[in-house]
Amino acid sequence: MTQQQPEASAAVPATSPHRPGAGGAARKTVQVTGELLLTAGAVLLLFVAWELWWTHVEADASQAKAIDGFASEFTGPLTPPAEQTDHGKPAVSAAPGYGETIGIMYVPRFGADYSRPIVQGTGPDVLDSLGLGHYEGTGMPGAAGNFAVAGHRQTHGAVLDSIHQLVPGDRIYVQTKAGYYTYVYRNNQIVLPSRTDVLLPVPTKAGAPPRDSYLTMTSCNPRFGSEERIVAYSLLDSWQPASAGPPSDIAALVAMTHGKA
Amino acid sequence: MYGWIFRHLPGPLWARILASAALIAGILVLMVQFLFPWMSQFTTLTDSTIGSVQQP
Repeated sequence: MTQQQPEASAAVPATSPHRPGAGGAARKTVQVTGELLLTAGAVLLLFVAWELWWTHVEADASQAKAIDGFASEFTGPLTPPAEQTDHGKPAVSAAPGYGETIGIMYVPRFGADYSRPIVQGTGPDVLDSLGLGHYEGTGMPGAAGNFAVAGHRQTHGAVLDSIHQLVPGDRIYVQTKAGYYTYVYRNNQIVLPSRTDVLLPVPTKAGAPPRDSYLTMTSCNPRFGSEERIVAYSLLDSWQPASAGPPSDIAALVAMTHGKA
Repeated sequence: MYGWIFRHLPGPLWARILASAALIAGILVLMVQFLFPWMSQFTTLTDSTIGSVQQP
């Protein structure tokens, strides 16, 4: 390519054939093949950059938009209650339509500013842009059963990249229109992708009637691989309605997420 | 190939340089919008759901 620059800048008529003579066709074939191979290499490198970097940029933007949409509809104080009271049985909302926002998940272990939208459905359109996807047909937050969500370990925001860093006892907060559900992380499990029983109302216990409210998060494992799935189980610990304000541990984060701090 | 395209672009040198830049930018946009999302189905980085190998 570069050895033709002088020709081009010397204002050679556009139609002039370059380097006429024997072997021109073969030379041209080799040159075009080489340029195509170089192009393919560049495209693959760009694809890697897109997958590992640009998908984060796009996903972060659409997740921020989903959070803004939820926050604009959320009514309730953003300051924590003065004293802890028992609010009884948690409210259970009906599952929204596919692609609609259920709420926001806060996981302090994943970072002091970690807040990601939870959206109904686990299709590529949800997980690739909106973050955490709720498995349709599994329970909603607060219900006896299993609130199961999936999220990417890498690419597209990598919402569950740090899932292996959860420590038993870590709190995971789910905010919906109804209020705040505080889950406590218990353990994780690494399974084959075919193990759908981790999504059962009582995870991996077929036919068992659920008494507790589970939160199950699934992502791929290992990092940058997908041979297995990593599954993190948490149990509902407490609940407070939206009217009572956020739990004091995440009050600052909730206010920041709602653009009030 | 690229030399041929550059020589066949109309206009003076600066116009051809501008046109080349615009062509490259356009191809980049097309790749990001259509080619890369399509290619990503062949990587396994996005498989995070249980029960489906195909679903990310």
